[in-house]
Amino acid sequence: MAITTREGDHSYVTQPAKILAMKDLTEDTRYFKFKFLDESIVEENYKPGQFAIMSLPGVGEAVFSISSPPTRTDFIEFGVRKVGSFTEALFKLKVGDLVHLRGPYGDGFNMESLRGRDLIIISGGLGAIPLRSVLLYVEDRREEFNQVFFLNGARSPADMLYREDIIAMAQRGIIESHLSVDKDDTGEWPYHEGVVTTLFPKITDRVVSEKTTAIICGPPIMYKYVIQELLKLKIPKDQILMTLERRMKCGQGHCGHCAIGGRYTCLEGPVFTFYDVQHIKELI
Amino acid sequence: MCQKFTQISTFLKILQISKILELNSKLLYCISLKFSIFRRYPYRLPYKYNFKNSLDMKTYKMSKDRFPEFIEKIKTKGQLYGPVKGNGKYSFEEIEKFEDLDFDYQRTVIGPKKFLTPPRYQTLRYDKSGQTDVFVSDETQIVIGVHPCDIHGIKILDRLFLGNIKDPYYEKRRNNLIIIGHSCLPDENCICQSTGTDMVEDGFDLFFTELADHYLVWVGSDKGLSIAIENEDILTEEISEEEIQEYVRWQQKRSEMFKSEIPSFKYLADIIHLNYDSKVWDQFGEKCLSCGTCSLVCPTCNCFNVEDRISMNTEDGFRERILDSCTLPCYSMVAGGHDFRPDRTSRLKLYYTHKLKEYIGRWGQPSCVGCGRCVTYCPVDINVITVSKALYEEVCENQEVCE
Repeated sequence: MAITTREGDHSYVTQPAKILAMKDLTEDTRYFKFKFLDESIVEENYKPGQFAIMSLPGVGEAVFSISSPPTRTDFIEFGVRKVGSFTEALFKLKVGDLVHLRGPYGDGFNMESLRGRDLIIISGGLGAIPLRSVLLYVEDRREEFNQVFFLNGARSPADMLYREDIIAMAQRGIIESHLSVDKDDTGEWPYHEGVVTTLFPKITDRVVSEKTTAIICGPPIMYKYVIQELLKLKIPKDQILMTLERRMKCGQGHCGHCAIGGRYTCLEGPVFTFYDVQHIKELI
Repeated sequence: MCQKFTQISTFLKILQISKILELNSKLLYCISLKFSIFRRYPYRLPYKYNFKNSLDMKTYKMSKDRFPEFIEKIKTKGQLYGPVKGNGKYSFEEIEKFEDLDFDYQRTVIGPKKFLTPPRYQTLRYDKSGQTDVFVSDETQIVIGVHPCDIHGIKILDRLFLGNIKDPYYEKRRNNLIIIGHSCLPDENCICQSTGTDMVEDGFDLFFTELADHYLVWVGSDKGLSIAIENEDILTEEISEEEIQEYVRWQQKRSEMFKSEIPSFKYLADIIHLNYDSKVWDQFGEKCLSCGTCSLVCPTCNCFNVEDRISMNTEDGFRERILDSCTLPCYSMVAGGHDFRPDRTSRLKLYYTHKLKEYIGRWGQPSCVGCGRCVTYCPVDINVITVSKALYEEVCENQEVCE
């Protein structure tokens, strides 16, 4: 709760933040950059994979993954797809307008424990938004990690998020990226075509299973097939990390919507290991 | 005198121990051996739990004809609520005079949770100039006539809302609430003996046990003690040997009155675990109306939804919390339309698994307090008794342990 709650505040206190910039990533997905009005709030005490709750008075509250890394402390960024009433209202805002934020919530990727390891970052569709936080963390602290693979699947070339950024990172040798689209409708896609699991042969021979951690985020259907591939590579079950989505209202384990059995995704997730998944039914 | 408190409290302890021994029949022992490998949940203590030494519990006696006087005096401390009969059902309502109260009841439709997490309340107000949090006033609320099961229900809500992360709205209401319990006699739907919540030692401020012509008044908190001290002209500490005997006989009579039980409640977590893929869930899912009545009446169901409302002038509005139920459609639906629990079976399974099994892993105790409300109010007879019986029979179908 480091970003918005200070000594003496109750747990639902929100902080106003101003839209610094926004940019359309795809037809229905937009990038938002916020700056807290209160200069004393420094956006650094969170982990990649954690989420924040955004509030628009009159519209409601909604949960968004933070897509900027804790290493960049001047602003906080989100990627938002327009799918419901809240995001529709958010898309109508202009630069300089205010939203109210509280968080961060949940348990993210513990990047410090991954020091010295190889990473395979696998993203599908909107999964690139929370994983952008991981990628930028890697970019800022590249020396902490060994080889980093990034596999990205998108529906079509137009649906691929952060394309230029990822290609730029790959050119600078920060990550080894493999991009694919399910179907190339433009005929100009220079990379792979097929679902994300078809990218695995490109990296199989260089994966050192005991040194590797896999980080997955994507649509619910993707997990099962990606995990099968990772198990074939003999990645340990507790080194397959994934971030899951559930409905949430409070972010504090009280409202009950994100319960999976007795686990609250907002407290113990959204990052789970494959080991958790095997032992908690209904997780994926 | 001190000896007498000790006697009563020790008796309570012995009664509880003997209950546990009774439960440990041959059958349950066999099951425990059979299933103990599945019991993988550490029985963690709740984050905040005040162990009150029951030997320190102060006990008073009050003559029954002084009770109206006590009500008049307690009314001066805040708004008094108590069980009132209306429309054929009981509910906790505002009390104007002693005659309104009716303590001869089994259960109110909605328990005292409505004082702590009301079905609908505002949390935030806003207009064009800004937003302000909405908290209840500092007025004390006193609820009298709360039964042991409902006090246990409040204790379970306390663990959730006042744990590591405190809910400010709940905390404020809880601090302003004085709970005065009242003893009860069970009917055919009461199952608190199975769940072990038929007696309370803490969680209340005062507790009245009704005997033939007087009350035994137990003090459960500092707040309760100060009320007792203020009323020392009504209360007396003189409790005679016969009166203790009368209490003992009353307890025995009460414990023999229970007609319903949950089979092998102690092992229900394991039974649910074994039955995860059982067809029993589908049978209940088929029957379930998805109406949410069970969550509305359950004293420990607290899930809420958050919604914003704008007033007609479009200038201002408020945010409110509304009681939600995991049995309602769309409970687990996320933006974009993906529903993690699209069918009744999976939602009903969440309801019972969470209540009877997963709470044990989290708080060391299931969140069913045996009040019998789901037994009374579910229109299609899905309740803790029918569900646990069906699961129990399912797991025992082909196993010799159940003979």
